[in-house]
Amino acid sequence: MAIEIEQPRVGLSKVAVSKTHGEDSPYFAGWKAYDENPYHETSNQSGVIQMGLAENQVSFDLLEKYLEEHSEASSWGKGAPGFRENALFQDYHGLKSFRQAMASFMEQIRGGRAKFDPDRIVLTAGATAANELLTFILADPGDALLIPTPYYPGFDRDLRWRTGVNIVPIHCDSSNNFQITPEAMEAAYQSAESMNLKVRGILITNPSNPLGATIQRSALEQILDFAVNKNIHLVSDEIYSGSTFSSSEFISIAEILETRGYKDAERVHIVYSLSKDLGLPGFRVGTIYSYNDQVVTTARRMSSFTLISSQTQHLLACMLSNKEFSENYIKTNRERLSKRYDMIIKGLKKAGIECLKGNAGLFCWMNLSPLLEKPTRESELALWKVILNEVKLNISPGSSCHCSEPGWFRVCFANMSEQTLEIALERIHKFMEQRKRS
Amino acid sequence: MEFTRKNRQLLSRIATNDRHGENSPYFDGWKAYDSNPFHPIHNPDGVIQMGLAENPLCFDLIEKWIRENPDASICTAEGLDKFKDIAIYQDYHGLREFREAVAKFMGRVGGNRVTFDPNRIVMSGGATGANETAMFCLADPGDAFLVPSPYYAGFARDLRWRTGVEIVPVHCKSSNNFRITRAALEEAYEKAQRSNINIKGVIITNPSNPLGTVLDKETLRSLVSFVTDKKIHLVSDEIYAATVFSSPRFISVAEVMQDMDCNRDLIHIVYSLSKDMGFPGFRVGIVYSFNDDVTNCARKMSSFGLVSSQTQFLLASMLSDDEFVGNFLRESSKRLAKRHHVFTKGLEEVGISTIKSNAGLFFWMDMRPLLKEQTTKAETELWRVIINKVKLNVSPGSSFLCSEPGWFRVCFANMDDKTVEVALDRIREFVLQGKEENNHEADKSQARAQRWRKQNLRLSFSSSRLYDESLMSPHMISPHSPIPHSPLVRART
Repeated sequence: MAIEIEQPRVGLSKVAVSKTHGEDSPYFAGWKAYDENPYHETSNQSGVIQMGLAENQVSFDLLEKYLEEHSEASSWGKGAPGFRENALFQDYHGLKSFRQAMASFMEQIRGGRAKFDPDRIVLTAGATAANELLTFILADPGDALLIPTPYYPGFDRDLRWRTGVNIVPIHCDSSNNFQITPEAMEAAYQSAESMNLKVRGILITNPSNPLGATIQRSALEQILDFAVNKNIHLVSDEIYSGSTFSSSEFISIAEILETRGYKDAERVHIVYSLSKDLGLPGFRVGTIYSYNDQVVTTARRMSSFTLISSQTQHLLACMLSNKEFSENYIKTNRERLSKRYDMIIKGLKKAGIECLKGNAGLFCWMNLSPLLEKPTRESELALWKVILNEVKLNISPGSSCHCSEPGWFRVCFANMSEQTLEIALERIHKFMEQRKRS
Repeated sequence: MEFTRKNRQLLSRIATNDRHGENSPYFDGWKAYDSNPFHPIHNPDGVIQMGLAENPLCFDLIEKWIRENPDASICTAEGLDKFKDIAIYQDYHGLREFREAVAKFMGRVGGNRVTFDPNRIVMSGGATGANETAMFCLADPGDAFLVPSPYYAGFARDLRWRTGVEIVPVHCKSSNNFRITRAALEEAYEKAQRSNINIKGVIITNPSNPLGTVLDKETLRSLVSFVTDKKIHLVSDEIYAATVFSSPRFISVAEVMQDMDCNRDLIHIVYSLSKDMGFPGFRVGIVYSFNDDVTNCARKMSSFGLVSSQTQFLLASMLSDDEFVGNFLRESSKRLAKRHHVFTKGLEEVGISTIKSNAGLFFWMDMRPLLKEQTTKAETELWRVIINKVKLNVSPGSSFLCSEPGWFRVCFANMDDKTVEVALDRIREFVLQGKEENNHEADKSQARAQRWRKQNLRLSFSSSRLYDESLMSPHMISPHSPIPHSPLVRART
């Protein structure tokens, strides 16, 4: 068969023209409304309150206090010692002191119930890069990853855009509090097979975004068994692990592996980041922790495209290796998030709104299905627009998280002051009152 | 952890192929260096690293600036009030002050003949990330880019590994100083077409790595008109722009575009602070495109490799200090010029010539007269001698895809003055011995063999463990991890 020589065009790549970057989703339309009219407690009190951004601003004072007390250790303010070595350091292994500090921090978050080897830590510029990188390593273009719904909207871009890999959802619903079941996993697997997609792995987020809840031990065991059974990978994105409200309720896949004597561990990979737990998304600190030597080696090589600034590695190595600071931070951060969570749940309850029982994260999973005209995605989006434009709150509709049940919304509570959260709750209360009357 | 054969099939093709580039024999030199690194006191017979294009010559100026500007750090008392806002800032547009400072810096480096638009500044994970991003935006898997050779060895990975894009080299020759000719471009293009290879663009490095030369206006205009004719892209990697230390001056592709009839949508620049400022650790890569769609796409992709906001903040402050920048650029040129001169003069004295160059952190050394025969095999043999006997890690031309055997890239900026002397002594001794060998017969070569043996006896491999890392010259530190790492641990060689 003759092959036609395509005339060269001034075109861009298929990746460049595709919409898989995901930015046309309604998830981002809310951001636009916020950007155009942002709430400010003195200068724009009628503006849109941003509740769609999962940021952790409740514990900055702890970081600032540390820096005040340790400025010589972490900065080059006086005499600039070490600046040169640091600026030249581009070894993709990363600063050993930083990897050690990260390993230790991850252990502390898990209450010492799992051990992490610093040499298995691969550094990337954020969890965004970590998830994409792992996908490049674990799957070929056209293959599939199974992801429980609802899931973080960014996955559509991070896992699929440049990699060419597909996401096949594992549908979870409120009948069992959105827990992942073996039946749901099997159904997703079959669904992929029927589409001729080769399943290469299952990716879970634990604690879950957007549910704001940890995955139970029994479910984790079943998920690992499923991965072993199908001979696929298991990626556990534990980016919110330090944001659980009580230290004992989070169980990491690392703990499951430990109790199994690390059997089948070579298919397990953990993603972590400091963007949520430490509230430092600007610093671009992500990590991949893999129990598979080849994945570690390959991921390390690939991290060349997305290394962490040595300046930032240095700062965080100092900070996180200070055990007194890190222990106090983890404990205090948990308490404050827990308090925020209680506040929002109480406030929503007063307004007649129920949420999924959560125990982690920077958001709650709110149930507005009783307010929908019809149990459809369109109704959900219509309600969302009302909340955005009339109540002036930017919250995230469940459909943008691929939730199969309409009417759920993710509401962030940690990216604002308590006062602002009060105002947001008042607005919701007023809105619900108005609806009751009409 | 058990690693079974079955495991290999569990990973992707990308993960299990060789396109990461690290299995190339090229890295034997790095391994030799890593296992026996030179140290003036503790290991004077070790291998001197001359394969690493780093620029630490002006750190004293930078350190002084850091001391005098504590508010440029968000960790000092003076800068702490900015900490929260900066730590939270993850907008992929990047800090406005950062973009403005970088745009201004790029303009100055180009002799202020071009103004760069801060809104076209897009971040990436170093130039490594920038080049890869450009490929993702401009080409599909299976497409190809023309790359004039000799070219940076890392392109094999950066342009190809995850993108699936191919490289078609455009071989340049020493007969015209490795100039990129229109004829060579046309020939490579036609040949590719005939083989059903879809050429999507050309990527050049200007100033050139490994040649250390700048492209003249004619060549640049020729490249721009070539891509405009063929409706393909031109990516100009200008990472060494500020390492120009003597005339002719650096001319950016942005400058020649200004008075040319061309399709601006085809032109893209890659930049970085890793070489010009000596900050490879900070991972500051820039994609600057004249094409709005590419700018937007690259910006979205920058989510996968943003510059740490802490670093953006520091550099915004540093690079907008006009006086500092002016002084830095002047001093840097002066010091590079001096270093370059010391080496090229020293080599001249023993009859080794180099390509006439005026930029970069290296020179392109002509060892063709020392080859047994003009083949890659002979070049590799000579190279092994240079690494193992002369104990210099230099980079063989074949690793840059040079079509003529016998050329070597030698980095000159990443060491102190004393080490320069030692390196030159070793080269002189080697070349002079080589001359002796040519003049005398087998009995002399026996004596030489004895000398090598003697030198070998002086070696103690245990010496590689004797020194405290903190005592080593900073620029030679390669923090050693227990896992034996491949020499391409640095993002750029």
